[in-house]
Amino acid sequence: MTAKTLYDKLWDAHLVKQRDDGSALIYIDRHIIHEVTSPQAFEGLRLAGRKPWRVDSILATPDHNVPTTTVERASGVSGIADPVSKIQVQTLDDNCDSFGITEFKINDRRQGIVHVIGPESGACLPGMTVVCGDSHTATNGALGALAHGIGTSEVEHVLATQCLVAKKMKNMLVKVDGVLGKGVTPKDVVLAIIAKIGTAGGNGCAIEFGGQVFRDMSMEGRMTVCNMAIEAGARAGMVAVDDITIDYVKDRDFAPKGNDWVLAVNAWRELVSDADAVFDVVVELNGSDIIPQVSWGTSPEMVVSVADSVPDPAAEKDAVKQTGMTRALEYMGLSAGQKMTDIQLDRVFIGSCTNSRIEDMRAAAAVVKGRKKADSIKEAIVVPGSGLVKEQAEAEGLDKVFTDAGLEWREPGCSMCLAMNADKLGAGEHCASTSNRNFEGRQGYGGRTHLVSPEMAAAAAIAGRFVDVREWL
Amino acid sequence: MKAFTQHKGIVAPMDRANIDTDMIIPKQFLKSIKRSGFGKNCFDELRYMDEGQPDQSCEGRPLNVDFPLNFPRYQGASVLLTRENFGCGSSREHAPWALEDYGFCAIIASSYADIFYNNSFKNGLLPVILDEKIVDQLFEEMYAEEGYELLVDLENLQVITPKGEAFGFELDEFRRHCLLNGLDDIGLTLEDADAINAYEATLKARSPWLFNAIKG
Repeated sequence: MTAKTLYDKLWDAHLVKQRDDGSALIYIDRHIIHEVTSPQAFEGLRLAGRKPWRVDSILATPDHNVPTTTVERASGVSGIADPVSKIQVQTLDDNCDSFGITEFKINDRRQGIVHVIGPESGACLPGMTVVCGDSHTATNGALGALAHGIGTSEVEHVLATQCLVAKKMKNMLVKVDGVLGKGVTPKDVVLAIIAKIGTAGGNGCAIEFGGQVFRDMSMEGRMTVCNMAIEAGARAGMVAVDDITIDYVKDRDFAPKGNDWVLAVNAWRELVSDADAVFDVVVELNGSDIIPQVSWGTSPEMVVSVADSVPDPAAEKDAVKQTGMTRALEYMGLSAGQKMTDIQLDRVFIGSCTNSRIEDMRAAAAVVKGRKKADSIKEAIVVPGSGLVKEQAEAEGLDKVFTDAGLEWREPGCSMCLAMNADKLGAGEHCASTSNRNFEGRQGYGGRTHLVSPEMAAAAAIAGRFVDVREWL
Repeated sequence: MKAFTQHKGIVAPMDRANIDTDMIIPKQFLKSIKRSGFGKNCFDELRYMDEGQPDQSCEGRPLNVDFPLNFPRYQGASVLLTRENFGCGSSREHAPWALEDYGFCAIIASSYADIFYNNSFKNGLLPVILDEKIVDQLFEEMYAEEGYELLVDLENLQVITPKGEAFGFELDEFRRHCLLNGLDDIGLTLEDADAINAYEATLKARSPWLFNAIKG
């Protein structure tokens, strides 16, 4: 038998029909839904007189529009100040109620960012196909699942048919061996990967993250890495199943129990690439060489290490890239040669589907513990990824560590990652952010985002500028 | 979905690589629960000098006179010429909705982000892939000639310049077929309902835990 990659195995196991024209029907096990990309899909379903194929495969929660301040959150949907946001969250509730879809509503303790609650609740499992109308769905690939974002028309397609029309992607292996140094995090690893292969580097591919660094990494860390596969151009990122995966899934609410658990674990053990499997593209990095990363520009590939300076467009030979760099520097208000550690910061955001899990909260808290936020930082917010992360963090006293240091402890949601709620940057403000995109205007009109790890963001909140967090540990 | 056979129209430039979907349609407009009306906010942050709000009329907003889509020569453009990795970032289908509502029927670039590429076909918007050198040539020709038009022919998979030079492009047969005929792919998939049911029965026997209901 031909050797298969993990992606080949997941694809083959979900192939409903291979059509003559090269397209295929792929079965979808889990469909996660949020308020922004679903209303038009439900409308389409109704207009065509269709019903969801398998209601019990769907889990919904509002995350993008929800307020994160305790005051605005207190009275649920009716308390959302922005009337347009309120309608969108209410529409999700109405659609879920009318079709009988399970939803963790705004103030349910299990509510949170879609990509945090999927694995956390056990709704997303190894070996599954998982889709959601959100590009960061790749997060779930950390479980050894085939997970990717889809558009609203495809949300409607999956609702109506439980399938997607797809074409098999290419296999790409990103192999990182070695051992990460102290203070070097999964976020730094994925930023270093994107800096190396570029934001189009993984276009048309499913990426498997392999090598010692990922074998040693926690599930939360693997989720951070898979989450940003899309920033490397790949719809799907994944990590092979091992004991760390299985220990993580065990006893979660929707995880299999009893005899089903035994059967499932047996099947999941197969979810690794065969030793002699062939990848179309292989990229290798040495984990021991990676040091904390900071983005300087307006694309996630515009990244340098904290010890570096802002690069000079004049040194770039490709004319299109050079124009992009010059424009990015202008937007960011930075000049070539400026040291990354000299950039004055205005705000700090710790959260998002990339870095809002309990480990991220712990890592950030360890850095700020016993220290005080710099006066020059107008606001530093910590936004847990779900109600359960929040509960856990509070049980460990992390909320107190943050507030004692002058950071704000918020309610769960997407928050300032994309600023659809009230949490946003002002024009010209520089933000140390644990989110995933530094696009123009992403965190607020005219806002300037620097992507970093939770440890680096926490240190930046204290120092008011970037510091090499390794010096603090 | 409307059918696309061929289209001829004025070409406008977005002469940058890695145009992300946040740039095509900023997040505040994603709060709409409708599928239409995004055209006036297409490239909002580049097109206007102020911050746009949902449900706001755009008449009278200060225009960015340096932004090519605001130049008189590109008014009425329906073919967007751009650079590699167009549509990267967020999966928001609001991006093709905005481009289509603005009046674009086709896009020409050397590559696209996967999700954007996929989403475009669902909305009758044809993303054409041409070699980088050809894209360079088209940019040069377009800048040199006001009112420059291209013919995008889906039937014959060609882009034809005003001088009659034809560049072939590739497209997988399923997408071409659906777009040429304006087919609803949900309807097509449901023709395979028996195959889906049969697959589901096998899967249930093999991996029963996948069918544990998600319950509140």
